[in-house]
Amino acid sequence: MLLAIDTSAGTSVAVADRDGGVLSEVTTLDTMRHAEVIGEMIREALAQASIAPARLSGVVAGMGPGPFTGLRVGIAAAKAFALGLGKPVVPLVSHDGVALERYRAGRTGPLLVVTDARRRELYWSAYGGVDELGIPLRIGGPGLSKPVDLPHSDLPRFDAASVSAGQLGLLAERLYAHGRPFAEDRPLYLRSPDITPSAGPKRVTR
Amino acid sequence: MSVAEPLVLGIETSCDETGVGIVRGTRLLANVIASSMDEHARYGGVVPEVAARAHLEALEPTITEAVQTAGIRLHDVDAIAVTSGPGLAGALMVGVGAAKALAVALGKPLYGVNHLVGHVGADLLDADGGPGREIELPTIALLVSGGHTSLLHVRSLTDDVELLGETIDDAAGEAFDKVARVLGLPYPGGPQIDRVALEGDPRAIRFPRGLTLPKDLAKHRYDFSFSGLKTAVARWVEQREDAGEPVPVADVAASFREAVADVLLRKAIAACQDRGVPRLLLGGGVVANARIRQLAQERADAAGIVLRIPALSLCTDNGAMIAALAAQRIAAGYAPSGLGFGADSTLPVTDIQV
Ligand SMILES: [Zn+2]
Repeated sequence: MLLAIDTSAGTSVAVADRDGGVLSEVTTLDTMRHAEVIGEMIREALAQASIAPARLSGVVAGMGPGPFTGLRVGIAAAKAFALGLGKPVVPLVSHDGVALERYRAGRTGPLLVVTDARRRELYWSAYGGVDELGIPLRIGGPGLSKPVDLPHSDLPRFDAASVSAGQLGLLAERLYAHGRPFAEDRPLYLRSPDITPSAGPKRVTR
Repeated sequence: MSVAEPLVLGIETSCDETGVGIVRGTRLLANVIASSMDEHARYGGVVPEVAARAHLEALEPTITEAVQTAGIRLHDVDAIAVTSGPGLAGALMVGVGAAKALAVALGKPLYGVNHLVGHVGADLLDADGGPGREIELPTIALLVSGGHTSLLHVRSLTDDVELLGETIDDAAGEAFDKVARVLGLPYPGGPQIDRVALEGDPRAIRFPRGLTLPKDLAKHRYDFSFSGLKTAVARWVEQREDAGEPVPVADVAASFREAVADVLLRKAIAACQDRGVPRLLLGGGVVANARIRQLAQERADAAGIVLRIPALSLCTDNGAMIAALAAQRIAAGYAPSGLGFGADSTLPVTDIQV
């Protein structure tokens, strides 16, 4: 049984179980208040599932891509929660949860998952379908692009306003059950810290 | 939990240091700090996004090391404490998110506290882990770092702190960084200025003392301004260079440092005298500056004021001071903060706990 946290879009917290599926999920689309809501939402997800933290076997962290400030809140929370439990962190690409949800809802074949990267850019991941275990096959991305330059634009596109922590939890259970690797433990910022090193002091007198 | 001496883990991420400290009441058990200072060097100052990324990377190992150093298990703690502000918003949020999750995972109460008041709380602790001490109150506190320059009147650490003044532009530490760049010295500027100033004459150049003229004092009696000083130094250096003359780096550094130390202490001592408070406490990373400590001692002695300077490891930003402040709030019977608070980059000092 896993706690899953994703703050790559809004905030989503869930408890997922291999046999029982998504036992609880709490989601808000608010993209500004991640730090405010994260604690209550974790508590709420555990309460709705009637699960004490000690019964969890790990914590899934949606690693993005997503806007930095919010994304970090969820990853920091997932890591700290796992540390408190003495259980592992399971990093996953957030878009993979979106893809799993589409395929589980009946879609088949190729799919381009797109989320808002702000500053008139998009985060994207391309999928070719699912494998025999129902795990989405990512064939490109995650990447960052201007809308006009979006790669794989021939694929059916799905614009996600939220990422479901419950789906990430399910995906993690499936990957674990079949000995598949998780994502790298590295936040997917996909942008540099947005500054250029100074070229030295500027003159104050002319 | 022992209400008088609670075991508290404190997390501090308001600027470029990831600090995790553990205290039992006023006894320091661990004070672990990971700094992203080196990553900011090529930018010449703290870059908020670089700092926030570094916090996320450092948090887990820093907590783990603090727990090991303290010789406890995470489950033993009575409460979690975290800096909720003031500071860099994106950096604060990393600590707040982590602290909330940790508190829920452990089923422990969470205290969100004020960073500046935390600097005052640092004086409760003995850096070597010996028994802590009471802070003699009331006291004036001068807190100077790259992120803040504040003068406080502390009547009670847990519930009565007044902001007397603060910088209206740059923090003193920022001024050191900027002047160091003008002089071609690396980042961080404080230690570099201190080093070259050793050979210089502090009276060689009379740089301006911000907000000390009578007309400024009327409105900004305890406020600071370092922007004009920084520009004055740059202009002085440029005039030398334009005239093809060598720049006496040591004299410029010493004279600049003297101007900063003079204005900081002039206002701090005035606050002690105006308020009838014969005690001054220093805090913040700029306290590492030798001349500031020396001038503080001279002027405090001359004015009959008792000066307190915590160990440097407790003056720079750290999690132990956050834990110590929360422990005092617990001992005073205050309820936890709950889970709903956020990071507040401009949290006023009157909000000792959120
Ligand atoms: Zn500070």
